[in-house]
Amino acid sequence: MSTESSRHVAMDNLKIRLQKNAALFTVIVVFLAFYAFYNANHPRGFSTAVYIQNANEVFALAMVAMAQTIPVLMGGLDLSVGAIMTLVNCLASHLLNGSPSQIALGMLLCVLAGTACGFLNGCVVVYGRIQPIIATLATGAIFMGIALFLRPTPGGDVDGDLAWALTNDLYEIAATYGFAENGEAAWFTAISWIPVPLVLLVAAAVLVWLPFARSVTGRSVYAIGSAEGAAYMSGLSIDRAKIAAFTLGGFFAGLGGLYLTLQTSSGNADIPQAGAYTLNSIAAVVIGGTSLLGGVGSAIGSIFGALVLRTISFNFRIFEIDPLLQPLFEGVVLLAAVSLGALAVVRVKNTLDLFR
Amino acid sequence: MNNPDEQRSPAPHLSLQGITKRYGGVTALDSVDFACHTGSIHAVLGENGAGKSTLIKIMSGVVTPDEGTLRLAGSERQFRGPADANAAGIVCIFQELSLIPDLSVADNICISNPPRRLGLIDNREQIRRAERVLARIQCEDVNPRSRVRDLPLSRRQMVEIAKALSRHPSVLILDEATSALTAADVDNVLALLRKLRDEGLAILTISHRMHEIEAVADMCSVFRNGQHIETFREGDRSPQSIVQMMIGREISAHFPDKRHHVSSEKALEVDALNWEDRLKDIKLDVGKGEIVGLGGLDGQGQKELLLGLFGVLRKLRGTVRIDGREVRIRTPLDAKQAGINMALIPEDRKTEGLLLPMSIEDNLALASLQNLSRGLFVDKLALSAAIDSGISRMQIKAGSPQDAVSTLSGGNQQKVVIAKWLMTKPKLVLLNDPTRGIDVGTKQEIYRLLRQLAEDGVSILIYTTDYEELIGCCDRVAVMYDGRIVRELQGDDINEHNIIASSLNMDEQLA
Amino acid sequence: MNSSRKRLLSLSADDKPILYAGLFVILILAVGTAYTLSTQGTATLLSPTYLLQQLQVGSFLGVVAAGMMLVILLGHIDLSVPWTIAAAAMMATTVGGPAAIPVGLGVGLLVGLVNGFGVAYLRIPSMIFTLGVNAVLRGLMVAHTGGFAPQTAATPLMQYLAVHKIGGIPVALLVWAAVSLAIVLLLNRTSLGRYIFAIGNKEAAAYLAGVATRRVIIIAFCLCGMLSGLAGTLLAGYSTKAYQGMGDAYLLPAIAAVVIGGTHILGGRGRYVGTLLGVILIVLLNSVLSIMQMPEAGRQVIYGSVIIFMLLVYGRGSKVTQ
Repeated sequence: MSTESSRHVAMDNLKIRLQKNAALFTVIVVFLAFYAFYNANHPRGFSTAVYIQNANEVFALAMVAMAQTIPVLMGGLDLSVGAIMTLVNCLASHLLNGSPSQIALGMLLCVLAGTACGFLNGCVVVYGRIQPIIATLATGAIFMGIALFLRPTPGGDVDGDLAWALTNDLYEIAATYGFAENGEAAWFTAISWIPVPLVLLVAAAVLVWLPFARSVTGRSVYAIGSAEGAAYMSGLSIDRAKIAAFTLGGFFAGLGGLYLTLQTSSGNADIPQAGAYTLNSIAAVVIGGTSLLGGVGSAIGSIFGALVLRTISFNFRIFEIDPLLQPLFEGVVLLAAVSLGALAVVRVKNTLDLFR
Repeated sequence: MNNPDEQRSPAPHLSLQGITKRYGGVTALDSVDFACHTGSIHAVLGENGAGKSTLIKIMSGVVTPDEGTLRLAGSERQFRGPADANAAGIVCIFQELSLIPDLSVADNICISNPPRRLGLIDNREQIRRAERVLARIQCEDVNPRSRVRDLPLSRRQMVEIAKALSRHPSVLILDEATSALTAADVDNVLALLRKLRDEGLAILTISHRMHEIEAVADMCSVFRNGQHIETFREGDRSPQSIVQMMIGREISAHFPDKRHHVSSEKALEVDALNWEDRLKDIKLDVGKGEIVGLGGLDGQGQKELLLGLFGVLRKLRGTVRIDGREVRIRTPLDAKQAGINMALIPEDRKTEGLLLPMSIEDNLALASLQNLSRGLFVDKLALSAAIDSGISRMQIKAGSPQDAVSTLSGGNQQKVVIAKWLMTKPKLVLLNDPTRGIDVGTKQEIYRLLRQLAEDGVSILIYTTDYEELIGCCDRVAVMYDGRIVRELQGDDINEHNIIASSLNMDEQLA
Repeated sequence: MNSSRKRLLSLSADDKPILYAGLFVILILAVGTAYTLSTQGTATLLSPTYLLQQLQVGSFLGVVAAGMMLVILLGHIDLSVPWTIAAAAMMATTVGGPAAIPVGLGVGLLVGLVNGFGVAYLRIPSMIFTLGVNAVLRGLMVAHTGGFAPQTAATPLMQYLAVHKIGGIPVALLVWAAVSLAIVLLLNRTSLGRYIFAIGNKEAAAYLAGVATRRVIIIAFCLCGMLSGLAGTLLAGYSTKAYQGMGDAYLLPAIAAVVIGGTHILGGRGRYVGTLLGVILIVLLNSVLSIMQMPEAGRQVIYGSVIIFMLLVYGRGSKVTQ
């Protein structure tokens, strides 16, 4: 009797866990399928060169998608993530040169700038009591203005070694900065093929996102997105959590901007590009299983959402689809991806559940 | 206003002096003095709008009073928010749930002060803690890992209680905390309250269920129109005089007389109705001018039956006849069309019945706009005439029809929901627990209205969790158990014993 | 704590944005005039011809904002506006002849139908679904035009509507006025208007009151699409042809105009007069900034600051206490 009931409980727990992570598992499987398909059809598929190129192309979007996730979890939306990324990109194009300590200071300043932008967003939302979507629409314009002021025309001066080292595999980082016997050490060969951006991505997820999600503030962000009134009644500090959500969003967007600078070796206050990043970040968040209503999802899912989005474009590239048709395909795929959520609607038996 | 009884105990644990709170022009609390003691269960009684909710919101830091002072254990306190009050040991279980639907039960129980390791939330310890506190209220059937959203309402309410307990309060406030519970849970909660009282807590409870108050309270305070009318020891006043104190007027009979002959014509006939595993072979009819009650424990398919009839549920199987004619109702829009003329008073008036920020007028007009339009445009004259008659028929107490419906008390809000549907001139009214959380005065008005409607030939199908209503109000009662109608009761058979026995599906054992 | 608001206050809560937006319009005019007086010695901004010309340009935004307002009142948003405008313009010029304008409107209607279907029936958040539709439209137009501005020109009627004047009043302004009148009637006098507000407040409650909520949502998106299509054909008439990205500059200003005008971004509350003033405010702000020859960087900063400032003055939500 008791073993049966404990088995029952274990089954129950497993079911609950599966339910909770169903969206995440799905997006990971979709990504793996798309990416394997891509590599299988790529002439140099499953090679370090391809991984490095892909990782580079995905990093900034993945960061911006993580940045977007946190306000979305809170039930808001941040329309300024692309602008923050662009602002930091323009700032970094001025700061990432000189002596190693100058460069380090420059990187720190860039990340701080992104974080400060996010903090500003949070303050406008919390103390100005303005809806996040409209507040960040406005601050986004301001950030773009500052970016344009910093870089009226594209350009910049970025330390070549740093850009090279951080946008290649671990071997190059070791070779450039001379550790692990310039990357030739025997123990190093097993990991030397891993692209640096991939390492950075995992680091951002493990060192920043996961601790945040398990902190009281992170839990409060989920709570606010799920039921703000109940969160307030439960005595959570709503204001602090909201500001933290936007600030951390700014931090991730800043990392994205910093990396974009290294990748392109320049700064570019490109308004359409910023808009595209913002919109793609929302798409990545949704594909990654985070509910736009808030309270459900994770930044890990968003990373995979960004990966899925980018992998779709990779596939276009190798199949040499007419460039004129490419935007159409991308649009259709995006629309189809977001429409997948509609499958759940068909299963709804109580139509009141549609309005939750 | 003060009562000598109060001075028996040396110093009250929590006391309010001269508390006044105004919302705009409305005075919710008018220089109220109030005190409660440790080791005592103190019931606060009053109609909706009497000021009870404001009182506990002030105690729990949700609103700040305009005037007056609050003392806790002798020292004056000012709370800036619920977090402050919680920290001071005052914990409130609100009528509107304060649970986070997308977090797990354990997350919710530990939300204000989760166990941490290295600064991060310790999930395992959290689950252990949740299991302990759930066991304390005999809710072992709730898995602490489940999402709160997936639990039925009565379980959620128990989690809410567990959450409050996990904060080790010195003052525990319950605002209608038992209204959504099953009878067995109510017994558990009342037993727990007695235990907590004996452990030295000050417990404050708001309830409209007199028998619960009689069972558990030590002291009672009655509020009316924002004023503290009287505090007395439980048992010192008869229920009749308490009710009179609450409404400030004489009440003749609790329920209006039942009708003696019911027409044999059937307004609604349901046969072999099935939906998912929630409705099983439902066969039921409602005569013209008849009030049929749905009974049984909470969650036995009563709500689904009402929603299914109203076109809310998809893939419903079975036949539904209105006035002998078979109909297919796919949406609430179908349900209110001429020929069917159904109305549904939904379960949750705040999210399903009303548009809270919109005006009383807009809310009233919503269901009948299509009948009040000429061509493309709304006929303003006809509309305002219909609204005026709706307001006066239901005696809705409101300043102006343009006021937001959220400014009304709960009872008046429910009247708006009912009036909205009466404006469509329904022939069959479905009601889903219409008196939950409603004051005695409004309840009686609703009973009278239902009877009046029935006299006028309207058929009524009502689900209620309150046995007294089934007994007092209904011509016939269908008791549901596990998605089936297990028994129909009529005439003198409608009594507490039969209803409870059938609710627990014990008819065969008892027979 | 809704009940805490005094009746007088809640009445003025709807009027306040309109009052402040009006005051701000006057402020912009005053600052702009002071600037032109001090630099050029003329009060260009106050001359009726200049104002009419600005409003003529503003009428395209006005038409878009009118449609956007309907959707925002529902608690949704239409991000497909940029390429609905461009697609309507491109298809109208491609077809040409008397069918041009109906085709432009038809494109808008079709887009609205798709948007409405996705939002109302598939229940996909409008934010993301209309975004996808926008991407598809862009893809279709790139494939259709080869990525260049189409060579076809706007029909004379399109040009007439966009450029001509009747007795000194631009026809485009009259079109905007007609659209405005229709929207005011729709919102205030029809049951459809009431349903839009009701759904914006609580769709479940509207549904249970027997409102065909999905149909209302589709109609609102169709109207928004058609108005975008109208703006597209007018815009093509104004610049005599359609071109890539011609709608990009209209999305955010349209949303901003609606919100500055006091419509709640989450739906259910707002008045059309506010949207009207919001459009005028943005149009005049743009004119003053171009008179001042403000570089793009400064424009962006001022633009963002004005939105925040206006909302700080009156758009503040109430603090959540329940």
